[in-house]
Amino acid sequence: MESTILAEMPITKTNKKLNVIQNSIEHIDSPVLKIDDLSVSYGGDKYSIRNVSAGIARNKITAIMGPSGCGKSTLLRAVNRMHELYPNTHNKGAVYLGDENIYKLNPIQLRRKIGMVFQRPNPFPTMSIYDNVIAGFNLNGIKLKRPEKDEIVERSLREVGLWDEVKDALHNRGTFLSGGQQQRLCIARALAYTPEIILLDEPTSALDPIATAKIEDLLVKLKKDFTIVLVTHNMSQAARISDYSMFMYLGELVEYGKTKQMFTMPKDNRTEEYLTGKIG
Amino acid sequence: MNSEKIFKYLLASSGILIVLIAVGIVATLFVGSIPSFKEYGFGFIFSSDWNPTEGRESYGALPFIIGTLMTSILALLITFPFAFSISLFLGEYFKHGKLPSFLRSVIDLLAGIPSVVYGLWGFYALRPLISELGINAQGFGIFTSSIVLAIMIIPYASSLGSEVISMVPGSLKEAAYSLGATRFEVVRNVIIPNAGSGIFAGYILALGRAIGETMAVTMLIGNSNKIPAGIFDLGNTMASLIANQFGEAEGLKYTSLVEIGLILFIITGIVNLLGKLIMKKLSA
Ligand SMILES: Nc1ncnc2c1ncn2[C@@H]1O[C@H](COP(=O)(O)OP(=O)(O)OP(=O)(O)O)[C@@H](O)[C@H]1O
Ligand SMILES: [Mg+2]
Repeated sequence: MESTILAEMPITKTNKKLNVIQNSIEHIDSPVLKIDDLSVSYGGDKYSIRNVSAGIARNKITAIMGPSGCGKSTLLRAVNRMHELYPNTHNKGAVYLGDENIYKLNPIQLRRKIGMVFQRPNPFPTMSIYDNVIAGFNLNGIKLKRPEKDEIVERSLREVGLWDEVKDALHNRGTFLSGGQQQRLCIARALAYTPEIILLDEPTSALDPIATAKIEDLLVKLKKDFTIVLVTHNMSQAARISDYSMFMYLGELVEYGKTKQMFTMPKDNRTEEYLTGKIG
Repeated sequence: MNSEKIFKYLLASSGILIVLIAVGIVATLFVGSIPSFKEYGFGFIFSSDWNPTEGRESYGALPFIIGTLMTSILALLITFPFAFSISLFLGEYFKHGKLPSFLRSVIDLLAGIPSVVYGLWGFYALRPLISELGINAQGFGIFTSSIVLAIMIIPYASSLGSEVISMVPGSLKEAAYSLGATRFEVVRNVIIPNAGSGIFAGYILALGRAIGETMAVTMLIGNSNKIPAGIFDLGNTMASLIANQFGEAEGLKYTSLVEIGLILFIITGIVNLLGKLIMKKLSA
C-alpha cells in the first residue's frame, strides 16, 4: 500500500532543492494555533525539541512525521501541555491559541479546548460506552440534564460513525468493543467537548488496516468542524489524508509545507532521505 | 536420575504433609466441639451465658462473637482514613523519593512488631490516656483494643491499596487529564473506581487479621464475659477468651472453648476467602 502511494508521487532527482531553513517552513495565514520558537526539555538543559515555529491551519489535517525519538509526541503534547505531567519539564518560547499564549492559561481550561487521542485506545474500563463519551463533562463536574447528555452522546457517536454499531449497547462497558471501535470511542470522547483542535498521537498504529482506513476516513470528514494535528509513523497515511506535513528530525522542525508539495518536491535533503527510506 | 526421583517424592510428601496437618487441625476442632454441640446445638451461638459454676455450668458464644466483630470492625473503621490516605500517598501522589520510601519502611516496621509489644504499649501508654479522658474507668475495653488493633492492621490495609493504586494504567490517567480533569478529579473518577476492588480486598484481609488477633486484645479488652453495652464497655473476643481460659478448662468448658475456636476459624476463613475472591476477580 505504502509503495503504491509513494510511486504515485515520485521524488524526482531533478528538483534538487536549496537547504534554506526559511524556505522550508511554510507560512500559514491566520492560523488557529501558532507555535512560536518553542523548545521543550524534560529536565536539565537538554531540549527534546528546539526552536520550533509553525502555524497550524484551521480546518485542515496537519501531519507530524519523523523518525522515532525526534520529538513528535513532545511537540504534540506541548500544545495541550500534557508534557507537564512529567515532573521536571520546562520550555522556552510560546504557543498562541488565538491571541492567548497557552502557557499563560490554566492547563485544565486549555485541555478542554484542545482534545487528545492516544496511540493505544484507552476508554475508561469502569465506565459504560455512554459514560465514556460524556466523561469530559462528568470528570469536570459539569452537571447536564439527561436529554442534553443523550444528545451529546448521540451526536458524538454519529460523528465517529459508531452510533449504529453501539446504539443498543450504550450502557455496556466500552472495553468490549474491538480495538478500532474503542479508538473511535476515544475520538468521540474527545469530540464531545467540541474542542477547537484535536491532537492525535499515532492513533492507528495499534489497529488493523480496515480499522485504520475507517479512522482515516473519519478524520477527513471531521476536519470541516475541527482542526486536526496527527502524529504518524506511516508516510502513506500522511500522504493520504493530511493537507500539511511537518518533518521533524533530532528535535528540530526541518520542513513544513503542503503535503503534496513535500511528498513530490521536498525542500530539505533530510526530508527527502526520510521519505525515500534512507533515514528513520 | 534416581536422586531426581527422590527429590520429587520429597517435594510431594512435604506438600501432602501440609495438607494432612491442615486437615488434622480442622478435624481436632470438629471432634473437640462434638460434646459441646451435643449439649447446646446451634443455640450455643446465640446464648450469652458463660457460667463455669459447678452444677450450673452453661456456656454460649454470643458475647465473644459480638465482642470480636465489634473490636475488629471498629478497628477497621478507625484504620480506614489513615490506610486510605497512605495508599493514595504512596500509590499516586508520592511514588518515588526519600519521604515515601521512609514511610514505606516505617509501615513495614509496624507489621513486624510482635503483638505482645503492641499490647504493652496499649497497656502503659494508651490505657491511662483513655482512663484520663474519662471514657472508661480503668481504660480497658473494646475502644482501647480497637485503637491498638487499628494501628496493627494499617500495614495490611494500606499496602495492597497502594499497590493497586500505583497499578492503575498511566494511559487512563492521561486520558482523564487530556479531558481537562484536575488531579483530584483523576483520583476520584479514574483511580478509585479502577483500584476500588483491590483497595476493598486489602481491607477485608486486614479485617481477617483483626478478627484473629489475640495477645494485644487480651491485654486491653478487660475480659468481661457479658455482651458489651457499647464500644466503650469492656468485652472479650473469641481469640482472647480462648487464650485466657484454655489452661484451666476441663469437660464442658473445654469443649465449649474448642467450639468457639471452630467458629473463629470459620469466620476468619470466610473473611479471607472473600478477600481472595475479590483479588482473584481483580487480576482476571
Ligand atoms: N518523559 C520523558 N522524560 C525524559 N525524556 C523524554 C520523555 N519523553 C520523551 N523524552 C525524550 O524526548 C525525545 C523526544 O521524544 P518523543 O517521544 O517526543 O519522540 P517521538 O518522535 O514521539 O518518538 P516515537 O516516534 O518513538 O513516538 C526523545 O529523545 C526521548 O528520549
Ligand atoms: Mg511518540
